[in-house]
Amino acid sequence: MMKLLSQRLLGPVTLLLLALTFWFGLWITPPDKVQGNLARLLYVHPAIAWVALYLSFGTATIASALYLWKRSRSAVMDRVAHCAVEVSLVFIILTLITGSIWGRPTWGVWWAWDARLTSTAILGVFAVGYLALRRANDDFELRARRSAVVAILAAINVPIIHFSVQWWKTLHQGASVFTQSGNFKVHGVMLATLFMSLAAFTLLFFWLLRARYRVEVLRDERGQASLDEALAQRRREGVH
Amino acid sequence: MVALRDAVVLVGGFPLLSGVNLELSSRSLNVVTGANGAGKTSLLRLLGGLVTLTSGTGVVSGVDLRGDLRELRRRVGWLGHEGSFYDDLSASENLVFAAKALARPTADVPSALERVGLSARTSTPARQLSAGQRRRLGLAWLLLRRPELWLLDEPYASLDDDGRTFFDQLIGDVVAGGATVVVSAHDPLRSSALAPRTITLAGGLVVSDRS
Amino acid sequence: MIRVALLVAAKDLRIERRSRVLLWQVLPFGVMALVLSGLALGPTHAGHSSAGPGLFYLVMLLVALLMINRSQVIEGSPGTRASVATLGLDPAGVFLGKALALAVELWLTGLVLLGGSVLVLHTALVGTLSALPSVVVTLAALAGAGTLYGALSGGGQGPATLLPVLALPAFAPLLIAGERSFSAALHGGALWQWWLISLVALVAYLGVGILLYGVLEES
Repeated sequence: MMKLLSQRLLGPVTLLLLALTFWFGLWITPPDKVQGNLARLLYVHPAIAWVALYLSFGTATIASALYLWKRSRSAVMDRVAHCAVEVSLVFIILTLITGSIWGRPTWGVWWAWDARLTSTAILGVFAVGYLALRRANDDFELRARRSAVVAILAAINVPIIHFSVQWWKTLHQGASVFTQSGNFKVHGVMLATLFMSLAAFTLLFFWLLRARYRVEVLRDERGQASLDEALAQRRREGVH
Repeated sequence: MVALRDAVVLVGGFPLLSGVNLELSSRSLNVVTGANGAGKTSLLRLLGGLVTLTSGTGVVSGVDLRGDLRELRRRVGWLGHEGSFYDDLSASENLVFAAKALARPTADVPSALERVGLSARTSTPARQLSAGQRRRLGLAWLLLRRPELWLLDEPYASLDDDGRTFFDQLIGDVVAGGATVVVSAHDPLRSSALAPRTITLAGGLVVSDRS
Repeated sequence: MIRVALLVAAKDLRIERRSRVLLWQVLPFGVMALVLSGLALGPTHAGHSSAGPGLFYLVMLLVALLMINRSQVIEGSPGTRASVATLGLDPAGVFLGKALALAVELWLTGLVLLGGSVLVLHTALVGTLSALPSVVVTLAALAGAGTLYGALSGGGQGPATLLPVLALPAFAPLLIAGERSFSAALHGGALWQWWLISLVALVAYLGVGILLYGVLEES
């Protein structure tokens, strides 16, 4: 009952939080002292990047690892990993777009060879590679195993992205929310809006993941039906 | 040695085997026949742990087909109808590699080559061997291995009359030595003394089983 | 595992020595790619040593793609794979062996192309030689990653176009680390971060390969 309720509420709550985020971000919060209204991208870009680089890819990695572990191996894990990577790709593209929108007036260019931007783009190609691999293999077991290994290998790249700002010290803005000593840089209603955006986009991820997962289940059910038919037809070859 | 129940093998969505029921005893010679596409090679590959069981149950050489197939593969010998060797290595080098992989003495290699009539071809690269010679090299590989279960996929193809006679003799010796042999073939075995069990497949199913 | 690794590496290198694909096809391709990269830079910038490290590693990535594909293709037909599968080789050993053989081939190619970068891209000889250790480690990491991605892309049976889209994103951090450490060797600068990336990548890929190559072989 609780599960059904939470599933039914997920969409409306997500939409509500997104609406609130946009309302607060565009109208309620004040412009930044230095960046002016450009800083309002703070309520969108970090949350999208969090979903793209950590939440969705992390979900795909964990599901992939669980698929490879015999005890938890199941079609569910494979589907979750696949759907999470697809959603991740969408969010990666949004990260790059919102980052470019912020970068153009700030750096003067739509694209700068900054470590964080570049690494995010590379992770996007990882996701494309994962999806290309799935399309190249018809056999379920083979596709699932290889995809799982690719997802785990791609996860190695995520910490490189995380440390890239500190190591390479290029154009990208440093940590936007915390100082080095762990204190908040952003305060008041701006901080509250930031956390609201994180919650909103996190819920959006789960909402999209669930919707995509249901499509995969339907597709697999249709596939199973055609498999049963193929089996029956094959058996008839033996009779004639 | 082999017990399959409703064995189904699906590859790329196509049922190669569609519910095979089969039992094979140890120290036996079994011939699998059928038209092209009946599932002969697929059955042999299933018995060798080279394809996975999609549904049904199976135990081969004491190994559950749902379990560790690597363990099963160590117990079987495979002779396919495609090339089975490294083309750039010589006949001898291919067998030395196999012997070292199996931690067997490499001193057995020359005698294995001699047994199959390839002692004059030890230094010939595998790509330069004729199809029949490659088939003999495959048998030499199996002689080195001495597996419990021999899986021979259309071994008569590319063999001349002498080769076929030699093959029949070899199979007789192998079965007498305690191995189980499964051969897929379009043609019946030449030697009536071998008296194999003949299993016919069609549509991925066993449709006939005669001893 | 080590015994199997040395056996497989020796087999791969023997096949390479016999077929001479590295000597007659890959090395000429690498040298030509280096020359073409100089041409692409134009007369003003070609022969400028600051471009050398990046171009060297870019060409090495392209060479690596060829060699990775070759490493998988020499396992031959499905029949050969089936026969070898029945030998029951430890998959971790197979992975290490193939990665070791690929690394040796990349080191040899790298040595020739380093000579090429001194000659045509005018990187300083002393600096290039002092970049050798970082080149060795980076190419070893490339070999480890490449062996994994080679198996993932179908082990020579799948489309050849799948390998680059899978492998190149993984190679990108190695290209960055390699280029930066080579540049630091030539022009000075901090080196340890780039060494760390190459070493971490090497250890990570070797670890994942040892743990998961068996899964890829099963598939």
